[in-house]
Amino acid sequence: MAVQTPNGFSLDRSGRRIVIDPLTRIEGHLRVEANLDSDNVIRNAVSSGTMWRGIEVILRGRDPRDAWAFTERICGVCTGTHALASVRAVENALGIVIPENANSIRNIMQLCLLVHDHLVHFYHLHALDWVDVVSALNADPKSTSALAQSISPWPLSSPGYFRDFQIRLNKFFGSGQLGPFKNGYWGHPAYKLPPEANLMAVAHYMEALDFQKEIVKIQAIYGGKNPHPNWLVGGVPCAINIDRIGAVGAINMERLNIVSSIIARSIEFVEQVYLPDIAAICSFYKDWLHGGGLSSKSVMSYGDIPENANDCSAKSLKLPRGVILNGNLKEILPIDHGDPEQIQEFVAHSWYKYPSDCGGLHPWDGITEPSFKLGPEFKGSKTDIKELDEGGKYSWIKAPRWRGHAVEVGPLARYIIGYAQGKAEFKDPAERLLKRLNLPLTALFSTLGRTAARALECQWAAHQMRYFQDKLVVQLKAGNTATADVSRWRPESWRKEAKGYGFTEAPRGALGHWIKIKDAKIDNYQCVVPTTWNGSPRDSKGNIGAFEASLIGTPMADPQRPLEILRTIHSFDPCLACSTHVMSPEGQEMASVKVR
Amino acid sequence: MLNPKDKKRILVLGIGNILWADEGFGVRVVEELHSRYAVDNNVTVLDGGTQGLYLVSFLEQADCVVVFDAIDYGLPPGQLELVRDDEVPKFTGAKKVSLHQTGFQEVLSAADFLGRRPRELALIGCQPLDLETWGGPLTAPVRFQIGPAIELACKLLAQWGSPAKPRGAPLPASERLLANNIDHANYEMRAQPV
Repeated sequence: MAVQTPNGFSLDRSGRRIVIDPLTRIEGHLRVEANLDSDNVIRNAVSSGTMWRGIEVILRGRDPRDAWAFTERICGVCTGTHALASVRAVENALGIVIPENANSIRNIMQLCLLVHDHLVHFYHLHALDWVDVVSALNADPKSTSALAQSISPWPLSSPGYFRDFQIRLNKFFGSGQLGPFKNGYWGHPAYKLPPEANLMAVAHYMEALDFQKEIVKIQAIYGGKNPHPNWLVGGVPCAINIDRIGAVGAINMERLNIVSSIIARSIEFVEQVYLPDIAAICSFYKDWLHGGGLSSKSVMSYGDIPENANDCSAKSLKLPRGVILNGNLKEILPIDHGDPEQIQEFVAHSWYKYPSDCGGLHPWDGITEPSFKLGPEFKGSKTDIKELDEGGKYSWIKAPRWRGHAVEVGPLARYIIGYAQGKAEFKDPAERLLKRLNLPLTALFSTLGRTAARALECQWAAHQMRYFQDKLVVQLKAGNTATADVSRWRPESWRKEAKGYGFTEAPRGALGHWIKIKDAKIDNYQCVVPTTWNGSPRDSKGNIGAFEASLIGTPMADPQRPLEILRTIHSFDPCLACSTHVMSPEGQEMASVKVR
Repeated sequence: MLNPKDKKRILVLGIGNILWADEGFGVRVVEELHSRYAVDNNVTVLDGGTQGLYLVSFLEQADCVVVFDAIDYGLPPGQLELVRDDEVPKFTGAKKVSLHQTGFQEVLSAADFLGRRPRELALIGCQPLDLETWGGPLTAPVRFQIGPAIELACKLLAQWGSPAKPRGAPLPASERLLANNIDHANYEMRAQPV
């Protein structure tokens, strides 16, 4: 009964089917269906985004210089990262260059978002897939303290600290308000941490909650306000007035010092709390190396964090750029966002209509025309789908492909490419962690590897923030205070027709915006977001996407409580808000919280 | 005269996604409130958009919070409802289709978990008509409730000892809460799909 996909996976949908809709603790709605064999091992997986989007519907006809403000509103998580991709797309289309200081400030803001998002993702959206909160109530505070002190010099580690925290946790549970801890599969056999490690991790959950709000203050300083910081085509909108307390919002020495101090504390928190926690968790789960999926085969990173302003070559970009196909780590293929043959979106299994369903469209020519049809083998009714038919259309997410290949994007993809490039800043920390855990390189290609790569990258990003902050301060002290080039601000200076692209590495992976401008107005605008790459349905050739691939072969301890599926899908840090929309065209709510 | 330090710290928060028709209600209310009224220094008027956990820091710094949002109460479209304190999380949870649903519930429970929940919490919700038109405008029944929602909030602000004062002169465009053509008037000029 098994079918072989062109990208090397064996799928068998004959076993019983489980349906999870929606997956909790992610932004937006995602539905996963899986077929299990008689040993409860996943043999087929179907990932469906139950919402649609189309930013061009809103942006067509508007001023390209305002596009960032609209794209910033698509989603509550990656606001700044959409704004960055947007201003870059407009600059690319119109040939606008930015000053070095603007490049440094944009890098700091993007790195700040990476640090913040990785920390919040791990502790608040993902840790509870590994950490059993209820077990933490049974921990011995003294042993917890001994464990914490054996892995980190972090000062909040006394027996008294953990005792007080445990009492507080008990009270919180006792009050009947589970708050952030509801919907958990507490006591599930797939939880492997001893009570002490659980208590330590839950204490750090709370500390991270408290600390995360410090980090984003950097966004408010450079972006003028937060949430929804300001961006500017041609640079950054913050004035510099380094010597004194000048215009409201101007960057002065006092503010630069605040940023420096937040960076220092971020590095400390990541190195003394986040990384030791990850190493500890990995040590208890190192025989659970499922979930690798596409990562050992095909990965892609656009690259980001240019060393030099206006230079997006692989050499200038500090985050790796390139594609690896079929597990060939020896060859890193170059990406061209403007080549119509490279990045294309397919809709053979997505609820959209193209002039021809078999071909893919490059984003410059992208179309978002809804077409809600269910495959002949679906079960249930249109408004209450019991089971999707993956042979037909089954998702509101399109299927983007690079030269026809499904690829995984995100921190693990970036680390694999950085590793393959032999870049010490990615390779060395990864090798150190593997050695400490006594695991081979292939262990990286797993759910755990994805989660660990994110933590390593968080540390890398925190140090890069320091690097660009220092670079900026040196420039400012030397009297170079330019933060924007507005020489081509006026539409009269633009070509009548122009097209461009902007890209960045969002925390969860490669993000690209493509724009066409005509008579100073937006003619077409397409975003291809990371969760579209990872969460994509099958394409016309039958290649499965990263979410689907990652689930194949995973054994489930208790299919009624699909912790393993949540763990692996969450490891991608999925964000459906920007890939999709809430309702079916008939206006019926499609989500139902059920495990069948 | 009260010392400003003794005054309650108040947060006036609008949440929602302006790109999704009536989902934008909360943000549009704070936008208009801010353009029509000046508030004391102890009052923060915030466009929270679709932010989630990020809002915790604003919540925990406040003694009193009033939140505007589009809420599915199962009432006729455009009906305003004020709920207070412990009732608030129930209602944000009742909403089925909002993208920031998990977000704000999470914010409240996170503030709870940190032991820093505001002493007083009020939710001014409006029953939406349309949450499904991507890029669509606020519908008329919901738009008509912006004014009444502001009046309700002004009453709360007065009760909390910091009445809002009507601005003498119109607020210049550069000082409004939303700029770059996503302010209400400019957004809706071309909000319908072309």
